[in-house]
Amino acid sequence: MVSSPRSSGPVPRAAESPPLETQPNESGGGPGELRSGGDAPRPTVPDRAREALPAPATKRPEDGESRGSARREAEVAISTREYRLFYGHLLALKGIDIDIPGHSVTAIIGPSGCGKSTLLRSFNRMNDLIAGVRTEGTIRVGSIDVFDSSTDVVELRRRVGMVFQRPNPFPKSIFENVVFGLRALGLKDRGDLEARAEASLRRAALWDEVKDRLRRSALQLSGGQQQRLCIARCLAVEPEVILMDEPASALDPTATAKIEELILHLKSRYTIVVVTHNMQQAARVSDRTAFMLAGELIEYDRTKQLFTRPSQKLTEDYITGRFG
Amino acid sequence: MSSTTWNPFSPLIKSRSHDLTGTGLKALSATAAFLIVAMVAVIMGNIAWFGARTLSWEFLTTAPRQGMTAGGIFPAIFGTLALVVMMIVALVPFGVGAAVYLAEYARPDAWFTRIIRFSINNLAGVPSIVFGLFGLGFFVHFIGRSIDRGLGLDVTWGQPALIWAALTLALLNLPVVIVTTEEALRAVPNDMREASMALGATRWQTVWSVLLPQAAPGILTGAILSISRGAGEVAPIMFTGAAYFLPYLPTSPTDQFMELGYHVFVLATQSPDVDATRPLLYGTVLVLLLLTFALNLVAILLRARLRAQLSGRS
Repeated sequence: MVSSPRSSGPVPRAAESPPLETQPNESGGGPGELRSGGDAPRPTVPDRAREALPAPATKRPEDGESRGSARREAEVAISTREYRLFYGHLLALKGIDIDIPGHSVTAIIGPSGCGKSTLLRSFNRMNDLIAGVRTEGTIRVGSIDVFDSSTDVVELRRRVGMVFQRPNPFPKSIFENVVFGLRALGLKDRGDLEARAEASLRRAALWDEVKDRLRRSALQLSGGQQQRLCIARCLAVEPEVILMDEPASALDPTATAKIEELILHLKSRYTIVVVTHNMQQAARVSDRTAFMLAGELIEYDRTKQLFTRPSQKLTEDYITGRFG
Repeated sequence: MSSTTWNPFSPLIKSRSHDLTGTGLKALSATAAFLIVAMVAVIMGNIAWFGARTLSWEFLTTAPRQGMTAGGIFPAIFGTLALVVMMIVALVPFGVGAAVYLAEYARPDAWFTRIIRFSINNLAGVPSIVFGLFGLGFFVHFIGRSIDRGLGLDVTWGQPALIWAALTLALLNLPVVIVTTEEALRAVPNDMREASMALGATRWQTVWSVLLPQAAPGILTGAILSISRGAGEVAPIMFTGAAYFLPYLPTSPTDQFMELGYHVFVLATQSPDVDATRPLLYGTVLVLLLLTFALNLVAILLRARLRAQLSGRS
């Protein structure tokens, strides 16, 4: 039932897909660039959706299906069932059931230690890196059964990108940061790498600021630029889902605004899940919001609904600042 | 010192200027610290003073003559450099490999990991003369002779040689490189591992293109320490390859070689004419020190450059 992600292999797929950013309306740069992507239907979207959502990773499904899959944007991209996670003996996630729709922004809010980051890190199995973590239940991301023994975790992480709380560029040049994932996939062609780096930096609204100093160390960038570089780095490997773990909490208000703008811009192409401490931020950027408390999913609804007419008393108490 | 600052508890404490025990201990520890400086100054000064008189172009570029009472030490300089280079080539990949396993792959509490750590700690405690005997028995007699037998050669590999001495020294320095490298790897923030793996890099790709470059300064520290030790150790090489005197330079890894530390030992203990040898002895020691400093300096400069790169300053 799990189609092997290896069958088509990341490298050939990347090679046969069209160049990332050839639309003329994107090359203008400047603030117009951000708006342009929002609503214009892109030729690559059906392709992307087919890859992102439950279509098998075989080369090319028949055309009729690809037409239908363009509409799958609203379908579920990530779903968890009875998902439990233990740190040693401590039950940190107590049976989470959530369906996150594709091509939208979902915010996860809740007080510190409620398990929101842990849940986020489950979607690309980053918790594997922590000793003593055990899980039960299932998570599906698109067609991938995340915890299935046949799942290639490296391929999973390529398709489910992640942006961390603290900007964490590698101490390498800006260019090398952006192409890191591509090199890991085995891409070597210089021109190809450069084209993809430029496209990713444009999508992350960073190109104009760094195009003249791609060879300089990424550590010379400001915090906000570093965070956008991390987003560009994540976009370069063409993920379908982007997980963001408090992506703006270490940034000043201006940089935060840029990141939020970027999130809104990116959701036409990607499924984005944002963990945030900041309820205003959740209200500004997300379509749906999940409220977690002590390892449980208390409420999950459209953002507007959740913030204006929460169905749970706990949610209401939290968003009105009675605790947390 | 701090008698002017207000201290609510001061009536309970004896005035510090009358704290005889404290003053005495402070004097003792200062003396100990000073003695170290004094000893280094005496050793270095003595060697530099007498050694400098012997140093000359001829001394550096010719071979010993007249039963080592005249001539230079070029073969020993050459042999030392060859030995250190070969040692580093064997040592760094092996030591870094072991450190990567320990820091990135091994489960810290597994019994196998404990055995590895136990072995490394013990290896670090083995006297160097034992390494020499081990090198003779294992590398020269066992490995070397097996190669000869396997290839149907006369005694070629199965005798003391540059390569066996270098490997013995590498073994001696292995714990140093493993420990410094492992610490350098552990000092790389976990952010970096997560960033790399989240981009779809495999564990090995993460090690190779993220962690090792960032640990490179630490690895160089290990290399620096081993160079200093490797260039000066005599015991491990006297059975495994160093020669008393050779009329030619080593041209293959299976040749024997002269080495500065061993040459010092020979000049100091085996000379037919002690007075004639003394200036040569001073000169040789000075050259050994300078060579070690120079090798260290190269590694330290390289490390400084790497650090600047990693911190984004270049």
